[in-house]
Amino acid sequence: MSTSLTSPARESRDSVVIRFAGDSGDGMQVTGGRFTVETALAGNDLTTFPDYPAEIRAPAGTTYGVSAFQIHFGAVDVMTPGDQVDVLVAMNPAALKVDLKDLRIGGTLVVDTGAFSERNLTKAGFKANPLDDGSLAPYQVLKLDITKLTLDAVKDSGLHTREAHRCRNMWALGLMLWMYGRDRDATLAWLKQKFAGRPEIAQGNVAALNAGHAYGETAEMSEYGGGYTVRRAPVTPGVYRTMSGTEAIAWGLLVGMGAAGLEKMIFAGYPITPASLLLHTLANLKRYGVITFQAEDEIAAIGACVGAAYAGALGVTSTSGPGMALKTEMLGLAIATELPLVVVDSQRAGPSTGMPTKAEQSDLFQAVHGRNADAPLAVLAAATATDCFDVAIEAVRIATKYMTPVILLSDAFLAHAAEPWRIPDLDRLPRFPVRFRTDPAGFHPFLRDPDTLARPWARPGTRGLEHRIGGLEKDYDTGHISYDPTNHARMTQARAAKIAGIANDIPLQTMALGEDHGHLAVVGWGSTYGAIHQAVRRARNDGVDASHIHLRYLSPFPRNLRELLARFDRILVPELNNGQLAHLLRAAYLVPAEGLSKVEGKPFKVSEIAEAIERMK
Amino acid sequence: MTVTTITDAELQPKDYASDQEVRWCPGCGDYAILKAVHKVLAELGAPRERTVFVSGIGCAARFPYYMSTYGFHTIHGRAPAIATGIKLANPELDVWVMTGDGDGLSIGGNHMLHVLRRNVDLQIVLFNNEIYGLTKGQYSPTSRRGTKSPSTPQGSVDYPVSACAFALGAGARFVARSIDTLQPHLVGVLRRAHAHRGASFVEVFQNCVVFNDGAFDGFTAKDGAADTQIHVEHGNPLIFGARKDRGLRLRPGKLELEVVTLGEGGATPDDVLRHDETNRALAHMLVELEPPAFPVALGVIYCNPAPSFETETYAQARAAGATRGTPDLAELLTSKEGTWTVT
Repeated sequence: MSTSLTSPARESRDSVVIRFAGDSGDGMQVTGGRFTVETALAGNDLTTFPDYPAEIRAPAGTTYGVSAFQIHFGAVDVMTPGDQVDVLVAMNPAALKVDLKDLRIGGTLVVDTGAFSERNLTKAGFKANPLDDGSLAPYQVLKLDITKLTLDAVKDSGLHTREAHRCRNMWALGLMLWMYGRDRDATLAWLKQKFAGRPEIAQGNVAALNAGHAYGETAEMSEYGGGYTVRRAPVTPGVYRTMSGTEAIAWGLLVGMGAAGLEKMIFAGYPITPASLLLHTLANLKRYGVITFQAEDEIAAIGACVGAAYAGALGVTSTSGPGMALKTEMLGLAIATELPLVVVDSQRAGPSTGMPTKAEQSDLFQAVHGRNADAPLAVLAAATATDCFDVAIEAVRIATKYMTPVILLSDAFLAHAAEPWRIPDLDRLPRFPVRFRTDPAGFHPFLRDPDTLARPWARPGTRGLEHRIGGLEKDYDTGHISYDPTNHARMTQARAAKIAGIANDIPLQTMALGEDHGHLAVVGWGSTYGAIHQAVRRARNDGVDASHIHLRYLSPFPRNLRELLARFDRILVPELNNGQLAHLLRAAYLVPAEGLSKVEGKPFKVSEIAEAIERMK
Repeated sequence: MTVTTITDAELQPKDYASDQEVRWCPGCGDYAILKAVHKVLAELGAPRERTVFVSGIGCAARFPYYMSTYGFHTIHGRAPAIATGIKLANPELDVWVMTGDGDGLSIGGNHMLHVLRRNVDLQIVLFNNEIYGLTKGQYSPTSRRGTKSPSTPQGSVDYPVSACAFALGAGARFVARSIDTLQPHLVGVLRRAHAHRGASFVEVFQNCVVFNDGAFDGFTAKDGAADTQIHVEHGNPLIFGARKDRGLRLRPGKLELEVVTLGEGGATPDDVLRHDETNRALAHMLVELEPPAFPVALGVIYCNPAPSFETETYAQARAAGATRGTPDLAELLTSKEGTWTVT
């Protein structure tokens, strides 16, 4: 890979956190996305996190219209988007106002002075211009009139001022690519392809990108230093790509469908932030056996999946907290009729509408217990963007093998977060072919498999297996409607035993880090994985007796979890909710689990968990 | 289980009945509808294994249990959504939705609206008895204003919805009506509904003997039926009456129907409209007719086929490259730009 290293010499860094912040119309997500691709191509490990406003086009220049994209990349194992920002690119005063608090003291601030007009300063709520009043003294500030530099760079492309102004993000990207010694070939090719129909726009963006890069390379930047290098991360050989949590779930579901030997997935959803992305992703993958259906509401979406499952296809629906609430009754029907189903819940801050674009882990109670009557099902949670792939496959396996709905908990963070992923050899992934019932001899729809307790999957279209199912209680021995009290007790126990039995078919709980006994176990689930892991690693480096346990299986729990937790003196459960897993663990095992809650719509910082560990050591 | 040796063509109406005891109230109109459906399926020689009855909740929703086909008794109001999923998963299945006025137009009104406008290939039979039977007699969304019920002891104050007007408004492309006691007519309407590709909506006036007995007597009573019902047939004049001497025509200068008596006031057979089941505007006028000023319109009121939802969905999937059999997932994972190799 070629580099554009020039003198003066570059400083070496282990890892860097960059945040691009600007108005929601400034193209910050695109900028971050392109920087991510170039960084992945440069061989660094990385994690990204977009933070965008709920408003599609909030008024320009306001603080609530700020859109940001953060990337943490390095030569080491990168697990979180980073607690503190090393480099903040602020395209306007509002971005500076919102994001400066996360820039570390001594960090680099790149500002577009051309956007610091009186009007923009007022809109952002600045009484004085922070570029002049000394308030930025703790930082290394690069004041660049990116607006003017961009307009100069693109003046030959024939763009109108408004269009030319839109190329500012590419100028900033060019500068940052230079600063970290990244190539820009992939982005140049991408721009030419994306704007193939508008060559003048392609030309303008290319000119801006090149100008930003050249600005760094020439004497104009040398007073600020020669840029940085970040070594390649040591990684397993293979073919890699970046993958977001949403893509990982989409692909994992398709791979799971194939592993189950099913030809078809019916994916039904209703638009809801942040889950819609999965519907969009799958709508473009129809050639791989998925039929997508945008239903009239959340209830119809899961209803269509229940119907599809009855008809012998893989039914998958996806939603977020408020939508989950609407799907509750249909989940009960899927439990009563014992049909396989995967429900992906991209959790967001609530209750009610809450903060739709912000992550939370507060649907755990809803997933495990949120239905009328005794209605158990399986609940899994993904820990990282790439883990979403494996968990999606596992959700399909459990749903089809046990004829049960499975809830896959993701969240607004995982839905958007991306990281490099080594593309697996599909031939080496697990296979769990479904055996549809075809033999009429002795058939009834609730005849249970003695091992799994699952009922047979009998598809309409199969001659001799015509049967009727429904939400009414069934007789254990015939599958006909039954109001018999003893039978209802027996069926309730059978449904519970079936789900509990899944514990015998999942891996024993292992340690994410540290010994399987000792003073402190830090127990997490979901997207807090990276932050917990780094906090525990840091504590252990300081000699603290702490271990990290991360749960993928939340219902049922792994069968050794009780014994494992009993081997620790204290248990800390960091969660992005008000203590839901801590509550479940206490209820299940009578262990002294202590919660660490964060409900700010933001991921944990490593330091926040580290402080809690320090208090409990 | 006994092994079936007869062919589908030899199936008799009774062969479509399940072994379960039918548990509707004695005299309930639902029995007649069940009988009509058995008869239609036998006429068609419908393969039981490819036939699916889906229902929600209510008296009508017990229907699937009394069929020897596949059946799914789901939850209140949601049968159209579940039926849509069944049809998407396997378009070759013949899927019926059996619903009621509360199930289909109250709690499930939204799903009914969308399944009709989407034109999913289903037969949707709405048993309209203008009352909640299974929950013991509360007024329903089709109950006439002033209906006294346990929840409306002083009479209901809200205005009812017309099932067929709702269906037309939702964009249904097949709308028909019949009566539980009008057995041959009901069988004919169901046969047409089954032949129609796309969503077929059939409203059946169904008498609830316990909670709303006689609700439709005004136009279903045998002695007055000829004057209170008009049986519409495509291409035929809109004529009714015991002596076949009354007809519907457009009132001159107005966009509304009026009843004329042939031979009176200069009215001739040429004045009477001919039924055109592809005419949506006429259908809208016909479904609004109410006694005593007008007869109740029965039969296939509107039929104007268009490609069905699942057909178009699968056409798109094929256009996107979907084929039968195992998809090439390796291609999927390596297809997009931006892969790199670490050696």
